[in-house]
Amino acid sequence: MGKKKKFIVNAVIAIVVYAVMMVLLNQGLLNRQMKSLITPICTNVMLAVSLCLIVGFLGELTLGHAGFMSLGAYAGALVTMNLDAPPYISLTLAVIVGGCVAALAGLLIGVPVLRLKGDYLAIVTLGFGEIIRSVVNSMKITGGARGLSGIEKMTNYNHFTVVYILTLIVIIVVSNLVNSRHGRAVCAIRDNYIAAEACGIPVSKFKIMAFVISAFLAGMAGVVYAHNIGILKPANFDYNTSIEILVMVVLGGMGSIRGSIIAAVILTALPELLRDAADYRMLIYSIVLIAMMLFRNSKFNAALIEKKNEKTIAKFQKEGE
Amino acid sequence: MALLEVKNLGISFGGLRAVDNLNMSLEKGSLVGLIGPNGAGKTTAFNLLTGVYRPTDGTITLDGVSMVGKTPSEICKEGIARTFQNIRLFHKMSVKDNVKAALHNQTKYSLAESILHVGSYKAKEKEMDDNAMEILRVFDLDKYADTLASNLPYGKQRKLEIARALATKPKLLLLDEPAAGMNPNETAELMQTIELIREKFDITILLIEHDMKLVSGICEYLYVLNFGTELANGTPDVVLNDPKVITAYLGE
Repeated sequence: MGKKKKFIVNAVIAIVVYAVMMVLLNQGLLNRQMKSLITPICTNVMLAVSLCLIVGFLGELTLGHAGFMSLGAYAGALVTMNLDAPPYISLTLAVIVGGCVAALAGLLIGVPVLRLKGDYLAIVTLGFGEIIRSVVNSMKITGGARGLSGIEKMTNYNHFTVVYILTLIVIIVVSNLVNSRHGRAVCAIRDNYIAAEACGIPVSKFKIMAFVISAFLAGMAGVVYAHNIGILKPANFDYNTSIEILVMVVLGGMGSIRGSIIAAVILTALPELLRDAADYRMLIYSIVLIAMMLFRNSKFNAALIEKKNEKTIAKFQKEGE
Repeated sequence: MALLEVKNLGISFGGLRAVDNLNMSLEKGSLVGLIGPNGAGKTTAFNLLTGVYRPTDGTITLDGVSMVGKTPSEICKEGIARTFQNIRLFHKMSVKDNVKAALHNQTKYSLAESILHVGSYKAKEKEMDDNAMEILRVFDLDKYADTLASNLPYGKQRKLEIARALATKPKLLLLDEPAAGMNPNETAELMQTIELIREKFDITILLIEHDMKLVSGICEYLYVLNFGTELANGTPDVVLNDPKVITAYLGE
C-alpha cells in the first residue's frame, strides 16, 4: 500500500510540474532568460540522476560523467544532421544512438572498474573523460576544436514536452531499477561486496551493468543538451562539468533520487538567476559543500540520528511487549 | 555419500602454509564444529570452501560436484552459504531488503522487467516479499522488516546474517563464530536458533566457534585445526578431552 501511495504522489507531482510549466510557457509569463534555463535544468536533472546510479547506489566515485555526455551529444547531433527524417523521428533515433554510443564507452570503462576502487577509480575515470575530450577535439567528423554547429534546435523551450518526457524516462528508469532485483544487487554491492558475492550476486556483472545503464542515460542527456544549444565544443565537456554533476549528486544526499533532482534544479537555476554574483558561483559551491560536510560530521547531526534510532527501537520494543 | 568431501586441501600465501592437508567429510544433515586456537586457519578454510581463496592443492566436492575454481557467487548457487566473523550486513538497506537481496537467485526476472516494472515484476516481487517475511518470521525478525539493518541490536544483526544466508536455499551452511561478542543469554538463544534451523530447513551446518559450551552442546562431530593442519577429529567428548587439543589451546 505504501508503494502505491508513493507512486500516486510522484505521478501527481510530475503532472503538476508539467501543467505549471505549460501554463507559464503558453501565457508568456517567463522572460527569455528563464525560458532558456528550462532545457539545461532538465539536462542536468538527467545527468545527476544517472550519475546517482553509480555514485549513490553502486557506491563508486567517478569523475568522467561529462565524457559519456559528450559522446551522446556528438553521436546524437551527427545523426540528426545527416539524417533526412521528420524532426521527432530523427530526434528519437538520435537519443537511442547517443545512448548506445555512451553505453559502449560505459562498457569500456566498466572493465577497469572491476579492478579499481575509490580514489583510484576516480583518477581513471577522470583520465577517461579527458581522453574522450581529446579524441573529440582531434577528429574531423566532430569539427575538432571549432566544434559542431548547425544542429537543429529540437529540444529548446518550444519543445518542452519532449524534453520533459525524456527527463521523466531517465528518472523512472533509475528509480524503477533501484526498487528491483537488479537494483538491490547493486545496493548490496555498495554496502558490502564480499557479502553480496557470498549471497550469490555476481559482483562484476552488476558493476558493469550499472556503468552501462548510467552511461546510456548520460548519453541521452547529452543528446538533449546538443539539440538545445545548437553548437557543440569539446571544451564544454571538461572535467569541471563532471564535477558539477557530481556536486549535484553529493548535495542531493548520495543515494537519493529526489535529492539529486532538487539539487540539479537549484544548482542550475541559481547561478543564472544571480547573474550579478556569477563570479562567486564556484566560491559558493565550495562553501556549501564544506558546510554540508561539516554538518554531516557534526555532533548535532549525530545526535539527530541517534534520537531517530532510539525512537524506532523504542517503538519496536513497545510492540514486542 | 557425504554431502561435503574435502580432501588434502591446502593453501600457501607465499611461504606461509595457512591450511595444509585438511580432510573433512560432512554427512547430510549433520552439525559439525571446526575449532582451534587463534590463527589456526579456520576462517581461511571457510574462505577456501566459499571460493574467496583458490586452494593451491586438494579438492572440495559438494554432492559430487567440484567447487575448486568457482567464484563465490557460483559456489553460493551450488548450495554453500556462509556468515562472517565480523558481521557483514547490507547496512544501509532494510532488514527485508537484506533477505530479498539474498533471494537474488531464487526468484528471477529480467533487467527489462526491472527497469519498466512490467511483466512478471509484480508477481515475482510479491513472491520475494512473502519468502523474505517467512524467513524473517522464523528468526522473529519480521517486526523489524522495514528497519535499516545497521539500526538492529547486535544479537539481531547476527540473526539477520544467518537468515540472509538461509535465503539462498543452501545445502550447507557455514557459520563463522556465530556467538562472537554475545553474552551467555544471547548464546543460549543462538543455540536454540541453530536447533530451529536444523528442524525447519533440512540443512547441514559447519560452524567455527570458540565458545566451548556451545560447541559441546550442539555439535555432533568436531575437527580441530592447529597451525593449518588437522590436530584431531571425533565426537566432542573425545576431542575436548584429547591431551593434544588441550595442549594446543592452553600450552604445556
